[in-house]
Amino acid sequence: MTHMPTIRDEDWRYADGDALASLTPSDLDVWHDVVLEPGETRAKDLVLDDSHPGIHRARLTVGEGARAEIFAIASAAAYTRLELEVRLARGAHFQFGGVTIGGGEATREFVTRVTHAEPEATSEQVVRSVHWGQATGNFLGRIEVARDAQKTDAVQDFKGLILEKGASTNAKPELEIFADDVKCAHGAAIGQMDETARFYMAARGLPPEAARKLLVRAFIADAFAAHSDAEAQESLLDNALATLGDAV
Amino acid sequence: MLKITDLHATVGETEILRGLTLEVNAGEVHAIMGPNGAGKSTLAYVLGGRPGYEVTSGSVEFMGQDLLAMDPHERAAAGLFLGFQYPVEIPGVSNVQFLREALNAQRSARGEALLSGGDFLKLAKEKAALLKLDMDMLKRNVNVGFSGGEKKRNEMVQMGILDPALAVLDETDSGLDIDALRVVGEGINAIMRQREGGPGKGVLLITHYQRLLDYVQPDFVHVLSKGRIVKSGGADLALELEREGYEAVAA
Repeated sequence: MTHMPTIRDEDWRYADGDALASLTPSDLDVWHDVVLEPGETRAKDLVLDDSHPGIHRARLTVGEGARAEIFAIASAAAYTRLELEVRLARGAHFQFGGVTIGGGEATREFVTRVTHAEPEATSEQVVRSVHWGQATGNFLGRIEVARDAQKTDAVQDFKGLILEKGASTNAKPELEIFADDVKCAHGAAIGQMDETARFYMAARGLPPEAARKLLVRAFIADAFAAHSDAEAQESLLDNALATLGDAV
Repeated sequence: MLKITDLHATVGETEILRGLTLEVNAGEVHAIMGPNGAGKSTLAYVLGGRPGYEVTSGSVEFMGQDLLAMDPHERAAAGLFLGFQYPVEIPGVSNVQFLREALNAQRSARGEALLSGGDFLKLAKEKAALLKLDMDMLKRNVNVGFSGGEKKRNEMVQMGILDPALAVLDETDSGLDIDALRVVGEGINAIMRQREGGPGKGVLLITHYQRLLDYVQPDFVHVLSKGRIVKSGGADLALELEREGYEAVAA
């Protein structure tokens, strides 16, 4: 029988407890299995807005020299969770850019487990969280480097922006490294809107909403900067910023 | 154009402006000089509407409107430009994007037609050339990685693009070397001096030193001390201050 998670489980500790209580096993059993052949490149944009709330889980097996890219927005008004399990073969690359954004009371989270199973694989994960109201944004990122996965290069970068008192963000980087010749970097920072910048922009004539939009756009842009398609990148940014419309 | 009457303002619990009265008419350049802590920057921020700078009494009329009743962005759209002593860095937002949005927000507030991307770039190029600022710098993020002098020149490029009726310039001369000082001084003249048949403009130059006034000749010089204007005069007053010091002149 499927173990039903609660917030006492490490991987679910920042999740919405009430939402977890109402889950059924079928909510958890749906794993999308994706296999990338050696040398293949595949990219996917995911917009988890009000038409796709809930739990989304994918297992990516990335073959030798292959490249998997996922760019995601979690902006639904209800509990939303994207879980990614990634296994990287020799010289493979995993690129993840994610933005959780929204107000209300919802929790929106990304949970990644990236296994560098063989040497010379690389991964880069950039996550930005922008919340207001009573909302919560989380990034739980686990990186495992296997014993013989030398020359691994893994980067995790998280930044949270709290627009209103009452909102929160949580970051939980986890590194488990069994090889000795690896580079693993992670950084996390949480802050508020730069009031000096807002006044500077107002002094040049930008109304508060326009200034905020420009600053939030600059803040989340890093998450999609690695997207190879400029148009898709813009549309993801616009999509995420549309959520900002109802922020105070 | 600008009429400040018996203005009192506090920052936190401290009263900084204590009954300041000043009038700037179209076509005039006024210089405000004074020692550290006299309230020069506070005056600039109060006029710009910076949060935390609270007016406790007095009035400010700008182009016939109650300036103090307007939000900062409305003051800008009404024609007020505040040149910052410490221009702010905004990572992730390019100068071009920032200024185009700002200009179009102002134009939209005034009911004027918006500027297209091409027309805006043409205008930006012209003003950047005037201030001898490389156009490539305008494509970079707002003030990020700019030297002190480049930030001040960028302020003047912004002023040129936004074309205000009144410029309040808070120590625009600080951090400039001799050549940059001349370029900035000539820029202020080119942008803010009365043009034949054009609308009258006003300038309020806030400065510690006389040197910028060699390039931007003021019509009036005021000495600010302890939150009020204690002496006013012509351009000669600045020279006198430079020679004899604030204490001797303002006593």
